[in-house]
Order: sequence, then structure tokens, then C-alpha cells
Amino acid sequence: MSPVNNSTTAANKTKHLYKQLKKSWPFYVMLLPALIYIIIFAYGPMYGVQIAFKDYRASKGIWGSEWVGFKHFIRFFQYPKFWTLLWNTLRINLISLATFPCAIIFALFLNEVSQVKLKKTIQMITYMPHFLTEVVVCSLVILFLDRTFGPVNNLIAFFGGERQNFMGMPEAFSLIYVLSGLWQNLGWSTILYISALSSISSEEIEAAKIDGASRLQIMRYINIPGIMPTIITFIMRMGSLLGVGFSKVLLLQNDLNLDASSVISTYTYEIGLLGGQFSYSSAIGLFNNLVNIALLLITNKIAQKLSDTSLF
Amino acid sequence: MNNKKTKKKIAWLRYSWGDRIFLAVVYTSLILITLVCLYPLYFTVIASFSDAFDVYSGKVNLLPSGFSIDSYKLVFQNKSIWVDYGNTLLYTVVGTVFNLILTIPAAYALSRKCMYGRNFLMTVFLITMYFGGGMIPTYMLFDSMNLLNTRGILILCGGVSVYNVIVTRTFFQNNIPDSLMEAAKIDGASEFLIFGRIVIPLSAPIIAVMTLYYAVAHWNSYFDAMIYINDVDLQPLQLVLRRILILNERAYTDALEGGASAELLANAANRAHMAVTMKYALVFISSAPMLILYPFIQKHFVKGIMVGSVKG
Repeated sequence: MSPVNNSTTAANKTKHLYKQLKKSWPFYVMLLPALIYIIIFAYGPMYGVQIAFKDYRASKGIWGSEWVGFKHFIRFFQYPKFWTLLWNTLRINLISLATFPCAIIFALFLNEVSQVKLKKTIQMITYMPHFLTEVVVCSLVILFLDRTFGPVNNLIAFFGGERQNFMGMPEAFSLIYVLSGLWQNLGWSTILYISALSSISSEEIEAAKIDGASRLQIMRYINIPGIMPTIITFIMRMGSLLGVGFSKVLLLQNDLNLDASSVISTYTYEIGLLGGQFSYSSAIGLFNNLVNIALLLITNKIAQKLSDTSLF
Repeated sequence: MNNKKTKKKIAWLRYSWGDRIFLAVVYTSLILITLVCLYPLYFTVIASFSDAFDVYSGKVNLLPSGFSIDSYKLVFQNKSIWVDYGNTLLYTVVGTVFNLILTIPAAYALSRKCMYGRNFLMTVFLITMYFGGGMIPTYMLFDSMNLLNTRGILILCGGVSVYNVIVTRTFFQNNIPDSLMEAAKIDGASEFLIFGRIVIPLSAPIIAVMTLYYAVAHWNSYFDAMIYINDVDLQPLQLVLRRILILNERAYTDALEGGASAELLANAANRAHMAVTMKYALVFISSAPMLILYPFIQKHFVKGIMVGSVKG
């Protein structure tokens, strides 16, 4: 290529770019407010993450504080309760993940109801808890499990059992956390599956009926494969939901169930905002974020194995 | 009537034994789940209207006992609840408007293929979904901007949800035909005019969905306020709920000073009983607006889930 030729292509490129930018500028204007917001409030804190590798002193500022490498991470790994925290975090997430078939089964069952009114009523009622706030749901949990006047204990006492202080039992914590989540969201999470089920062709089902298939067989061989793509998309999305729900852990936490209810993010909150150790808790927060990303990648890998679709 | 019954009977007889057992299992479990979803809500209402001592001693389980509105009287006398109710309304309305102004134009810009650098800009948004600075660096950022303990912070928090941007973008991509915009451009309309006069009027469904999503997020959130707001007069409702319902802060201080219901709280035992029914009353009062609105807005929520489920 001759140098002359080169410069003309470069000129052409600049011209092309100029044309593109001229065409795009109205869109940039529309995007700008959101972009500025993201840069300040999402990328801004990422700049601050460097204090995880520094000894932050307010007087020296973020940039001026001294680098200390992985000191804070090592301190966290050597913290006696490190494994408890990690295991508690993983356990709550894993049990939550494991409950996803409940919504599928519920949707499949609901699909068997032929009376429209009954079906609508069941949907209406089971969607309702979704519209309560997190604080309200947690306080209902605490009220209902109360040893003296909680209806759950009233029921146990009615059948001659011993009243229990469930909120004070570490071994019950994950179960309480997950079951209350299930109570709140079971009905709501069926929406996607129900719409997927309604798009399965009725001809196929009729044909199966004529061939003498039982209802269970229709569910097994037509309905479940029919909603499989939806199920897989959902499993993948769940990956990104990991790590959410920390605020609910904090609401259900009390001094007696700390052994099971202290997770990495509650510890970050405790150390950082209540304890004022900014660098140390930033390091823990960063570690938590990396664990979440790892979990996300793992779920995505599993979903990829299950199907051709993937998140990335 | 009789005819109908025999018809139903014949339909039932047509099922094989296997199907009958299957349907029995389906209907039983659906009804059980529905009852489990409904009971806590039902119990909240009956407990809030029952005699405080009867609730406390576990006598109220299926039916109310000794009608009383004392707990509501006490809740209405608590001034901070109403101040915070007002705060929440303010944050929800102003915050949601702010969210929409940032989200809708940005999502539209990102939906247009002719925007130069679209993939890069999308990536800038997507990264923040998986990686963030964490609690402490975010807190430090707000601190350095002198936003702590101001109303502004609760409006700024969660200004752009990238997930919502993606949902909105998907809506634009699937529902606004390119040909429409090409035609408008040939007629000499600018991109802003196209957005304001053509796209927005066609986007009522997604704007409704986004309004709901953002408004509910503001209504629910307690965590940001807990971290960033100390001033009691600036706190949202969920925070006062947390103090009373979860942390058991005495909610009747105002009532004691007011003297109007002093006889209700004459002794420690009465107070302990009243504290329980007051909680139920508070749960009811704070959840009622959502549960009343819910039948009207449910449709939009369901639509939002559908739009969001399409991979874009």
C-alpha cells in the first residue's frame, strides 16, 4: 500500500466516523443523564474500592492513603469465623436456589385446574404476599413464630407439643429465611411458567388424550418439556439474583441466631458502618462481590450444559 | 341445576382411577397453598381488631375475639408514623419521576441500532449489574458529596436500574417498528421530535410498568435510609416500621404523653399486650394501600414480567 492511499483511507475513516457521530448525537443527548448517573454513582464507588488495598485515613484521602496490598484480605481469611460466614452465605443462597422447582410444580398444578374462576381466585390470593414489603414480611415472620402468642406455636401447643422460640434457634434460621421467601413469592414466580404453559398447543394434548395418556403422563411428556426453555432462562437469571436479600437477613437476625444468620454482607455492614473500619470492610465487600460473580459464572455454566442458551 | 350436576358427574366418571388420584392431589395441594398464603393476612386483620389480652394469650386463631379498635387508636396517635408516611410518599413520587426521566430516554437510545458505539455503551451499563464498589465506597462517595442525611440521597439512590433499562430497551426493540421512524425522518422530523411525538405515545404500557417497578422499589426500601439517614424527620415509613415491628421500640410514647389513651397503657402487662395488637394494626395500615391498589395494578406487573423475560 502506498502512503498516499493510506492517508486517503484514514481521511475516509475520519469522515465516516464524523458522519456516524453526527447521526448519533441526538441519542447521546438522550443517554447522557443516565450515563452521567452511572459513571458517578456506579463507577465512582469502584474508584473508592482501592481502599481495600490501602490503610485508609480520612486525613490523607482515598488517593493519599498508604498501599498495604492484600493485608485486609489476609486478615479476613484468618478471621476465626471466616468459614462460618462463607458457609452461612452459601447455604442461604443454595437453599433458596433449591426451592425453584416449587414454583414450577405449582404452575403445573394450576394448569390442571379447568374452572376459570377457581384458577383466577387461587392466583389472586397467592400473588398477594408479593405486594407486602420486606420489613412487613419479616415482622409477620417474627410475630407468627413468637413463643407466647404466635399462631404457629399456638398450633404446636394445640397438638400437645412444646412451644419453641424459633427465632432464637440458629438451626432454624435458613429454613425460616427460605420458607418466608417462598411464602412471599411462590405465587408470583409462577407467572412466567403459566404463560409458557398456555402457549403449548392444545392439539398435541388432545392427541395424547385420544391415545389414552393419563394426566400425569401429559404433564410429564408434554407440559414439562414445553416449558423447559423458560425454566432454563429462569435458572440462569437466578444466578444474578444471588447475593440479593442481605437486607432481609439483617431484619431476621437477632443475638440468638447469629451463628447461622451472620453472612458476609452483614459482617461488612457491622465492621464498616457500625465499626468504622473502612478499608477492612471494603476488602470484605470486594471479596463478597467476587464470590457472587463466581457463583453467577457457575450457574451460567450449568445452564449452558443444560441447553444451548446462555446469559453471555 | 340437576342436569348440570349429572354432567359434572359424567365428566368425573370419564377419568381413570389414576387421573382421579392425580386430580385429588392437585386440588388438595392447591387449596392448601392458597390457605397458607391467605391465613397470615387474615390473621393480621382479625388480631388487629381483637382484644389485646386474648391475642396475647393465644386465644385468637381462627376468629376474632372481643372487638376493639384500641390498637388503631394508638397507631393513629403516633406522630412519627404519619410524618414518615408522608416522607415515603414524597420519596416515592419524586424518586420515581427522576427514575423515569433517566431510564426511558436512555433505554430508547440504547435500542436504536444506528447509534454509534451502542454495544460499548451497553457494556458500560451491564458491568454495573455484576460489579459494584460495595457498601463502604458508596457511603464514602455520598459522604464526600455532602449528601448524607438529606432528602436528596433517597431520591438519588437507585436512580437507574440497569435491569429496568434492559426491559425497556427490549420493549422498544420489539414494539416500535423501524419503518415508522424512517417515515418520520423522511418527513423531516428530528430524532427528538420522533422520540417525543411518536415513541412516547406508543410506550404507555412500558411507562406504566416502569412507574410501578420504581415506585414499589422506593416504597419498599428501608436499607438505604437506614445507612444514610439519621434524622428522624427525614426517615421513610419502612424505617419506623422496622424500629417498632422488628426492634420492638415502644410505639406508644406519643400516646402516653398525649394522655388520650393513657388508661389503655395503665400498667406494664397491658402495655405488653397492646404492643402486640398494635403491631398487627400497623402491619395492616402500612400494607393496606398496596393491597387495595394491587388488583388494579397486577395486570401491569404481569405484563412487565413478560416483557422482561424476552431476551434482548
